[in-house]
Amino acid sequence: MAQVWDVVVIGGGHNGLVNAAYLARAGRKVLVLERRHVLGGAAVSEQIFPGFTFSVFSYVVSLLRPEIIRELELPRHGLHILPLESTLTPLPNGDYLAAWGDPDLTRRELYRHSPRDAEASVEFSRLMYHMARAVKPILGMIPPDPTSLSPAEVKGLFALGGHLRSLGAEHFHALYKLMTMSSADYLDEWFEFGPLKATKSASGIIGTFLGPRSPGSAYVLLHHYMGEIDGAYRAWGFCKGGNGSVSGAIASAARSFGATLRTNAPVRQVLVRNGRATGVVLESGEEIEARVVVSGLDARRTYLDLVESKELPPELLEQVRRFRFRGSSGKVNLALSELPDFTCLPGVGAHHRGAISISPSVEYLERAYDEAKYGEFSRRPYMDIVFPSMIDPGMAPPGQHVASVFVQYAPYHVNGGWTDAKREAFGDAVIDTLSEYAPNLKTAILHRQVLTPADIESTLGLSEGNIFQGELALHQLFFLRPAARWASYRTPIRGYYQCGSSSHPGGGVMGAAGRLAALRILAET
Amino acid sequence: MLKTTPFHARTAPLVLGLTWRRWAGYAVASVYDWLHDREYAAIRNAAALIDVSPLYKYRISGRDAARLLDRVVTRNIGRLAPGRVTYTPWCDSRGKVIDDGTVSCLAEGEYRLTCADPLLRWLHQNAFRMDVQIEDVSEALGALALQGPLSRAVLEEVVESPLGPLGYFHITRNRIAGVDVEISRTGYTGDLGFELWVPAANALGVWDALTTAGSRYGLTPAGIWALDIARIEAGLLMADVDYTSAHRAVAESQMSTPYELSLDHAVALEKPAFNGREALAAEQASGPAWRFTGIEVDWVSFEALFTARGLSPSLPTVAWRTSVPIYRNGRQVGYASSGCWSPLLKKYIALAHVRAPHFAPDTPVEIEVTVDHERQRAGAWVRRLPFFDPPRKRA
Ligand SMILES: Cc1cc2nc3c(=O)[nH]c(=O)nc-3n(C[C@H](O)[C@H](O)[C@H](O)COP(=O)(O)OP(=O)(O)OC[C@H]3O[C@@H](n4cnc5c(N)ncnc54)[C@H](O)[C@@H]3O)c2cc1C
Repeated sequence: MAQVWDVVVIGGGHNGLVNAAYLARAGRKVLVLERRHVLGGAAVSEQIFPGFTFSVFSYVVSLLRPEIIRELELPRHGLHILPLESTLTPLPNGDYLAAWGDPDLTRRELYRHSPRDAEASVEFSRLMYHMARAVKPILGMIPPDPTSLSPAEVKGLFALGGHLRSLGAEHFHALYKLMTMSSADYLDEWFEFGPLKATKSASGIIGTFLGPRSPGSAYVLLHHYMGEIDGAYRAWGFCKGGNGSVSGAIASAARSFGATLRTNAPVRQVLVRNGRATGVVLESGEEIEARVVVSGLDARRTYLDLVESKELPPELLEQVRRFRFRGSSGKVNLALSELPDFTCLPGVGAHHRGAISISPSVEYLERAYDEAKYGEFSRRPYMDIVFPSMIDPGMAPPGQHVASVFVQYAPYHVNGGWTDAKREAFGDAVIDTLSEYAPNLKTAILHRQVLTPADIESTLGLSEGNIFQGELALHQLFFLRPAARWASYRTPIRGYYQCGSSSHPGGGVMGAAGRLAALRILAET
Repeated sequence: MLKTTPFHARTAPLVLGLTWRRWAGYAVASVYDWLHDREYAAIRNAAALIDVSPLYKYRISGRDAARLLDRVVTRNIGRLAPGRVTYTPWCDSRGKVIDDGTVSCLAEGEYRLTCADPLLRWLHQNAFRMDVQIEDVSEALGALALQGPLSRAVLEEVVESPLGPLGYFHITRNRIAGVDVEISRTGYTGDLGFELWVPAANALGVWDALTTAGSRYGLTPAGIWALDIARIEAGLLMADVDYTSAHRAVAESQMSTPYELSLDHAVALEKPAFNGREALAAEQASGPAWRFTGIEVDWVSFEALFTARGLSPSLPTVAWRTSVPIYRNGRQVGYASSGCWSPLLKKYIALAHVRAPHFAPDTPVEIEVTVDHERQRAGAWVRRLPFFDPPRKRA
């Protein structure tokens, strides 16, 4: 007789794995079904070229929840986070702006460009610390439904209200501004040095189809600051072996609790009988029975692809159809015979062990966005570059290197659609732009892999290639993620849950959605 | 003036923040870079180069060399074959630990003893009527610890004859950059690693060869701050930090026996006679009053102490070396002597002396922490040492 699982998790992304690990830890019999040959989703490491290992998609760890590291004992399962200390912004005039690991050095560097900004940045960091602290409890909270009068929801709302009141007026107002302003406008209130504003505002545009002057981008900035409050925990950095090792550690924890993880097992459909999920059918036709089915996929796949529309209320279908994806990012992975030699800081140095940000001015970023608005990839894009082999030498053969280049903007809806030629043209634009700052780059490239939003979608199933399973825009967050009334990991189908980044608190290698969904499932089933 | 080590000409320009410290009368780097995070990471992730030249080193040779050592240390040196190294404490006649270190058997009847404190007088006192030469080679020999998962790969690039398997706690002779060196598979990090014993006069050539080859493997010079975290994770105690030498202690309560330091494996009671044997045999029969053990702070309770005051948990960035009370059921049952946040394990850990019967692994205890200038107690557990013990250490 076929086995009936307590839980089947669709998708072995890191959130699906976290979800499975927590459920298995609580004694449930759990099966994870991953479509690809590797686990991890957007957090995978693969040897694309022999000897060179890449964090193919996501490449840094900044938001992974400390409670998950602790509760799943991830270090014991191989998680090793290494420091990534600096950010260098090379400038077209041959100078640079750097933020180093040491606060005094960073201040002195900033002083060189603007004594006023050097002072303001200390105050700004303090405020962002408070803001991140204010938002942090929300990350660990199942969103209450503000329109519901059920005692549990009201209690949740009170807790939230109490928390916001405890911020005090000053911080509450700052939070309100962050929630509503553009990152560039917000930063204009603080700083004068262009490259500083540009580099800081860049984190407000990552993964969204917004420019630094688009309202709402300031919140994304905060989202990226969140990792910093766990500063003491030092969960920020580069994972040894790449981000696939984050997934690897979670998978190992899940297995140690008894979960079964299957790869090459694409799910076609969730089986529903009388409004209740009863299992799944694989593409192969194999049927698997389960008491609970959890989807780690994005909202579009979870609601529109995996279940028949007749099982869902039309308002929900409508909301999900309007849930915004609009992928805007690409990725270029390079195997290098030598490190890029930056004209602004010649030779191999500490800057190669940190991030390189191509964000010389807010206008530069806004122009890059303009091109995308009209359906073209940016000729001169924003880039965030790291050299993982400088941090973990095991990523490349001795003396050689890998570079991970995160690029924006590459719109999913590009004019004429993404073709092989367009992909290569996009790759060329990235290399040409970077070569302006590091002229030896072209001759150093041994291999390159270019990923467009279309590639991200076809490889990972992330709709429109959105890296966060849906934009982190204010109207798509918290009790609206992914849809009003359905932000608490439940779906209208009994026994069918969601646990991916399309649900609260959103994207990033954070694990929070997987964990919160598991807590909800454990409480209800 | 503090003395400088044979590698000083190379290390000095690397110390960016003038962060020097004293070690046995020498100036050594606490940290080279601005922060020690990367130096620590190199120990666990790539390879680190640590100048450990200030160790005291004695060359002991002659017909009675083994006899002398067997009288002094608690391990069985008669059984130590040429090419082998052993870790051992040594005691006074009451079985109280004076110091701890390594003994290398370089050849038949030829040994090297390393220690934290000077020992020449004690060695001479113990060598009465023995046919033995004791030579203080502390200054003649520079010492480098090359530690980390890629340390073997770096070393293999620079040795003139093949390194061979060189097992855990083995020692061999080789040449690097034309210089005769001894290489032991030892270290103070609990990781895969080697220590290189280099004639002081030719030390710089060896440093250069290692750093040049090492640049392809992420080799990073590391200071004492990084080393301190690694050795706490490895559960390795430090003389004059985790225990007081019987030669320095003022009161008996300050002293410890090898059993109290959980060094049972290093006490060879089967040897007919050695300093402290009788006292130790008696103690072994009755069981020690103290044990040296690991402590893991319960993060949830630690964080709650800070949250209650509107703060985020604050952790020491550098390992601490102070005495911190350990409680159980409201009564003090011991004290921690070193502690740190383990960046690898993501745990707040400490090394502690705990009284019988509270030292059983996983016993719940409490540790004192200062939060917002107030003494508080966070939950903690007694843990078995070491905290970190990768298979590569012995492989
Ligand atoms: C290029 C890129 C760069 C990024 N950089 C960073 C970064 O540096 N730091 C950071 O924190 N975040 C980064 N992100 C975001 C982050 O990686 C994602 O938000 C996160 O990994 C999503 O995890 P998830 O588990 O929610 O979903 P996913 O990783 O999308 O997991 C979904 C899984 O489901 C599988 N699947 C799909 N369809 C099916 C099916 N029908 N049956 C079975 N399985 C299926 C997929 O193969 C995938 O494994 C980046 C993302 C991208 C794409």
